Amino acid sequence: MTATAPYRSPASPDPASPSRDGFAQTVRAEWTKFRTVRGWVIGTLIGVLAMAGLGLLASAGGQSSCQAVGAQGQGSSGSCGGGISFILGPNGEPVNDSFYFVHQPLAGDGGVTVRVTSLTERVQTPNSGGSNATVPGVVAWAKAGLIIKANLTQGSAYAAIVVTAGHGVRMQWNYTGDTAGLAGTVSTATPRWLRLTRSGDVITGYDSADGTHWTQVAAVTLAGLPSAAQVGLVTASPDYTEHVGEGFGGGTSNFSGPSQDTAVFDRLATSGGWTPAPGSRAPWAGGYVGPPEMPGIGGYHQSGGQFTVTGQGDIAPIPSGHGGEADPAVTVSDYLVGTFAGLIALTVLAALFVTAEYRRGLIRLTFAATPARGRVLAAKAVVVAVVGFAVGLAGAAAAVLAGEAITRARGSYAFPISGMAEARVIIGTGVLAAFFAVLAMAIGVIVRRGAATVAVAVLVIVVPYFLAVFAAVPLNAGDWLLRIMPAAGFALQQPYPAYGQVSMFYAPFSGYFPLTAWGGLAVLAAWTAAALALAAYLLRRRDA
Amino acid sequence: MSPVMIPALHAEWTKFRTLAGTWWLLLAVAALTVAVSAATAADFHCPPGGCTPQLTGADPARLGLAGVYLGQVVIALLAVLAIGGEYGTGMIRLTLTALPRRLTAFTAKALVTAAAALAAAVLAVGGSMLAGWLILPGQGLSAANGYLPLSLRYGSDLRAACGSVFYLTLIALLAYGVTAAVRDAAAGIGLVLGTLLLFPIMSAVIPDHVLARHLEQIAPMTAGLYVQATVGLDALPLTPWQGLGVTALWAAGALILGAAVFRLRDA
Repeated sequence: MTATAPYRSPASPDPASPSRDGFAQTVRAEWTKFRTVRGWVIGTLIGVLAMAGLGLLASAGGQSSCQAVGAQGQGSSGSCGGGISFILGPNGEPVNDSFYFVHQPLAGDGGVTVRVTSLTERVQTPNSGGSNATVPGVVAWAKAGLIIKANLTQGSAYAAIVVTAGHGVRMQWNYTGDTAGLAGTVSTATPRWLRLTRSGDVITGYDSADGTHWTQVAAVTLAGLPSAAQVGLVTASPDYTEHVGEGFGGGTSNFSGPSQDTAVFDRLATSGGWTPAPGSRAPWAGGYVGPPEMPGIGGYHQSGGQFTVTGQGDIAPIPSGHGGEADPAVTVSDYLVGTFAGLIALTVLAALFVTAEYRRGLIRLTFAATPARGRVLAAKAVVVAVVGFAVGLAGAAAAVLAGEAITRARGSYAFPISGMAEARVIIGTGVLAAFFAVLAMAIGVIVRRGAATVAVAVLVIVVPYFLAVFAAVPLNAGDWLLRIMPAAGFALQQPYPAYGQVSMFYAPFSGYFPLTAWGGLAVLAAWTAAALALAAYLLRRRDA
Repeated sequence: MSPVMIPALHAEWTKFRTLAGTWWLLLAVAALTVAVSAATAADFHCPPGGCTPQLTGADPARLGLAGVYLGQVVIALLAVLAIGGEYGTGMIRLTLTALPRRLTAFTAKALVTAAAALAAAVLAVGGSMLAGWLILPGQGLSAANGYLPLSLRYGSDLRAACGSVFYLTLIALLAYGVTAAVRDAAAGIGLVLGTLLLFPIMSAVIPDHVLARHLEQIAPMTAGLYVQATVGLDALPLTPWQGLGVTALWAAGALILGAAVFRLRDA
């Protein structure tokens, strides 16, 4: 008698090596289905080409814009080709840097304190009459206070503690930094005491309502600040913007004009290593920091211990789109305009990936091979997510890289962006496309009909984006569409941060979304998760 | 009319009305359009300065008919499914067996689709106008501020309303023709929606204003919806009816292309 080992089919499940039955195997099966349908592979390429191609059309279709960029009418200037330039801050972002400065160079460590008793602004408005006539007004970000700045060159590193007309005391540094201190406006009855101290590269700002009780607002590090830095009083008042109207389909119309502010300082005192020699009055000098071809209004008057300083301009980042429609600077958002077309192509693919199985009856074979329906759904989700990510990534990368090359070749001016931010936008587009593809696939499982799936998916993500970004609905409604619809995920494509310390209408059209990238992703992910959950439920409940 | 046209129309109408999805879609066209129009109107707010036409720049007709932007998606879907659905199920071969005259079958189906779209559009636009008439005066676009209530008694509002109905019908024909050409419902709707959205998005980002204006002049959606404009007509690149004519040309082109493919290729 011979003992024979019982026969085991090589196809039978073996707990030790679940190669035939595992999730990886299901994913592989679904991937094979995807890549072997010629139309779908072509569709994938069409998606990439549509994204990249439309971006190219947008960047190539423009005139070679040889206009001056008068961002704020003060900070930066520009002309065609090589001549155009923004002032760049220490971190590489375009900035406005013009203000009236009562300063002296002070070496080493030390501190400076001042009291502000008044801050008033005058503005040019449509009704103020005459081309240069001004009337009293309120410019919320008019500022006056203490500043320490590496040198008198525009764009150099600085830290400042200022009172503002509408946003209380602020500590601001290197253009993008902004921290709030004491709230409220300044007046003789409610003066504001400000103090800046330097210790090496660390600048600390304090504020106080009475000159005895001090609160630290912020401590910031200005890397590479020279030993002898310019220290003194700053006054600046950005352009005054009045909301004139909201045009349907045409965005907003604003009037904007220059403004100036005047601040009254007293009790100016230096301390620590900055104390001037005893008996000598510190040699304060007044001057306007700004573009030499556009000298701003400014001046100061000293009487006793009191300084009255008038200035204009702003020390702040320049958001893209600040120049409005006339702004010829091309942004990354312009290159990515084809995203919607790539997403529509992806929708068709993701929808067909499911609905074609229903139409052909292949779905029954699929479930016969893999009875765990949830696993099939997960495997399909993985495949479309990978395809979506690849399409978004490749399309966005091609659009941005080629768009930049075209912009350079045409001599148009590209709004500066850091490599990190660019990479974030490109990867973000991939993530957006991946989630969108999974959402469309899940809708396909729910609806089970190709055309209806595409229509529903386009309706919930691309159409809200279109309505909101191209102002087909009032701004308020568009804002809500970009908060609650899956189109919120387009926030992943926002290339530049919106700056609270610059009054501007941060419109979706200019590439600013109401939610942060993570917030937008969360909304899109929630929709995707909900659709997947419903799809999984229906997939179990219904006959195939 | 060819003698088989009446029975062909009858057959297509029977197929069309006996699908459960058809009626839901027709209802969705009206409901979605009216809902979005009403929401858009209710969301309108005058700028801080006041509500005069100079300050708001608002076009009451466009505001009150904003739902057409979404309604057209469902209208397009309706038309795409009318023909794409037959390709999906293979029904098209049975249809052509029963009706071998292909152009007759194509025309009959187009007529039934257009008639259904027209009916849904009348409901959608009528409801939107009613909603706008009720809501907009409360949002500041009232007689006191120099705005007439939305009403079909005024020529420009009548043009906006009738034009919107025609526009939706033309979009249905455009979608029908495109789907007949690509013979797949999902690809058809993707192509139609992509085409509709392509032009306004491109013209918005192209910095060359002359080129952007030309793009708007040939855009099936942008130009067609000029018919809704009641203020600022001088600033439009085309007159309202010319704009609708552009959409009609697109629909005609799609129908000719679809008919040619339908006639020449195997089903």
